[in-house]
Amino acid sequence: MSGAGVSLDRRLRLQSGRAGRYEAMCEIRAFEDRVQAMFFEGTVHGTTHTCQGQEAVSVGIAAAARPTDTVTCTYRGHGHALALGMHPVTVLGEIMGRRDGSVGGVGGSMHLCDTSIGLLPTFAIVGAGIPVAAGAALTAQVKGTDDAAIAIFGDGASNIGAFHEGLNLAAIWNLPAVFVCENNQYGEYSAIHLTTPVENIADRAASYGIPGQVVDGQDVDVVASAVGEALERARAGHGPSLLEMKTYRYAGHSRADTAPYRPEGEFDRWYERDPINTYRTRLIEEGALTAEEAGEVEARVARRVVEAEATAAAGDPATVDDMFRNIYAP
Amino acid sequence: MRKMRMNQAVATALADEMRSNPDVVMFGEDIAVAEGPFKTSAGLLKEFGPSRVRDTPISEMGFLGAAVGAASTGLRPVVEIMFIEFIGVALDQLVTEAAKFHYLSRGTVSVPLTVRGSIGAGLGFGCQHSQTLESWMYSTPGLKLAVASGAGNAYGLLRAAIRDDNPVVFLEPRALYAKREPVQTGEDAIIPLGRAATVREGSDVTMVAMGAMVPAALAAAEGAPWSAEVIDLQTLVPYDKEALLQSVSKTGRLVTVEENPLTGGWGGEITAFVTSELFGDLQAPPVRITCPDIHVPYGRELEQRYLPGPDYIARQVGSLLETGTRPPHWWETREVVA
Repeated sequence: MSGAGVSLDRRLRLQSGRAGRYEAMCEIRAFEDRVQAMFFEGTVHGTTHTCQGQEAVSVGIAAAARPTDTVTCTYRGHGHALALGMHPVTVLGEIMGRRDGSVGGVGGSMHLCDTSIGLLPTFAIVGAGIPVAAGAALTAQVKGTDDAAIAIFGDGASNIGAFHEGLNLAAIWNLPAVFVCENNQYGEYSAIHLTTPVENIADRAASYGIPGQVVDGQDVDVVASAVGEALERARAGHGPSLLEMKTYRYAGHSRADTAPYRPEGEFDRWYERDPINTYRTRLIEEGALTAEEAGEVEARVARRVVEAEATAAAGDPATVDDMFRNIYAP
Repeated sequence: MRKMRMNQAVATALADEMRSNPDVVMFGEDIAVAEGPFKTSAGLLKEFGPSRVRDTPISEMGFLGAAVGAASTGLRPVVEIMFIEFIGVALDQLVTEAAKFHYLSRGTVSVPLTVRGSIGAGLGFGCQHSQTLESWMYSTPGLKLAVASGAGNAYGLLRAAIRDDNPVVFLEPRALYAKREPVQTGEDAIIPLGRAATVREGSDVTMVAMGAMVPAALAAAEGAPWSAEVIDLQTLVPYDKEALLQSVSKTGRLVTVEENPLTGGWGGEITAFVTSELFGDLQAPPVRITCPDIHVPYGRELEQRYLPGPDYIARQVGSLLETGTRPPHWWETREVVA
């Protein structure tokens, strides 16, 4: 089920109109709900970081990017990988330590990769992917292609040195990069306002002399437009941008965190603007999707996740030989 | 063979690799317009232009990270860490990102990155600009690590490092930059990583050294009443096990000479390996010649005392051969100062 062909085919659905975006978001939600349950059930070990509530960011980015653009993203990466085209079996296989997993079962939930869709190994170190994306943009610039690089990172990463150094370097070298901050309001267990003295992380763009824009991260079409415009700007040689997606993390930071620190009512307020519910309502109102079709989409992705779990579980676990592979390039 | 200084050998190797492969790019602090504080990139900006030869901000995490990204997507970057200590602020990108990308991509991503850094004591730069720091890196799988011991092998090792499809740390002893040596250039001069060089043949003892300790060990062996074989390890990861076993099988004695604090230095690893393999063949306990477990002092005399010099090395080896026991490190025989 893994492999370049499948990943690219899945990516194409996002170009097939807004129904495709809706399905991609529903798939991420169903997938993440199931992953969270699997960790609570204890059927898989280790840790995981799920992204329910942030689906519009993942799908909007994937809808705007080309497969030849490079993407660096964080350990909260299942949604991005799925949106970019990775098959649920491939992601689940990795989470379950199977040979059919994204990196053969030796990485785990935080480590996904598929270069056929532009996804470099996802980063389990906060902020580390930011300068790496600048470097991928450098490759495009030096080689004279019009590809770009997208760094996806959280609000917490805007306080680490890699953010400053990566954006500064990209700015002075005028690199074709788009820096996408998913501001999900929490850096691990800490509310962003406790760790960050500015309300809008996008304001930090001013210190690099690059555009910074606050984007409604709960609206997949708005995300896709904003990322698309920043990519066009990058491809045209006008340099990098910083986009701040205002969004919300429904789950805790990781498997062990039930987010007891969240203020009363905060979740409910954000859930009123749930990216999937609001998009469904809008598509139905605009006649782009019927309620019946929406129900079919939801049933389809639910089946897909159930089947993916069964397929991944039936796969062979990574072997002792596998753990000795790929330490060095030949 | 042309005689050149080690910094010229480095610049020549960089130029030759950049000519042979348009994907090779170079960046670092003051390496383009200023041609590097040690003139290791002389002429590169002029020949290859500002797209391939770039000055960076003082921002090691940023530009080393960018090098990782560039290497992962089709370029072959060489970055310069002016003094190896500066890698401290960027180490994540080397040991946690670059070293693991191949593994975390099921072998689909390679990181053909060369990280050059100047190392070592002896020039009065003080303790934050005088370490070697191989110890920080040699136990990270996924990285390779080579150390030049002069202009002669700097050229060939650096070209091999740039051609390697893995992240390679290439260390250049600062004290040797100005030293002239005959240098063979061209494709035939490329020295495969992982191969040691027997720079002096001998029969009584095997001295294993790297970097600036190679000329020191050679000077110690020269004219000594015993016969030392001197092996320049050249590459620490992976190191040449065969060369070590062959030599020590012949001599029956092992002395490692390194510019590092005693604790955690690579000599411990080499000693453990050789001792385990050749226990019954050893005629004397293995001896490590190192720096003490202190910071590099500044004053000229203190700094020279800190470094293992030819006289001290010769005294330690001579004592081993005479007594068959480990001679004390020089600092062990001092009264401890509170």
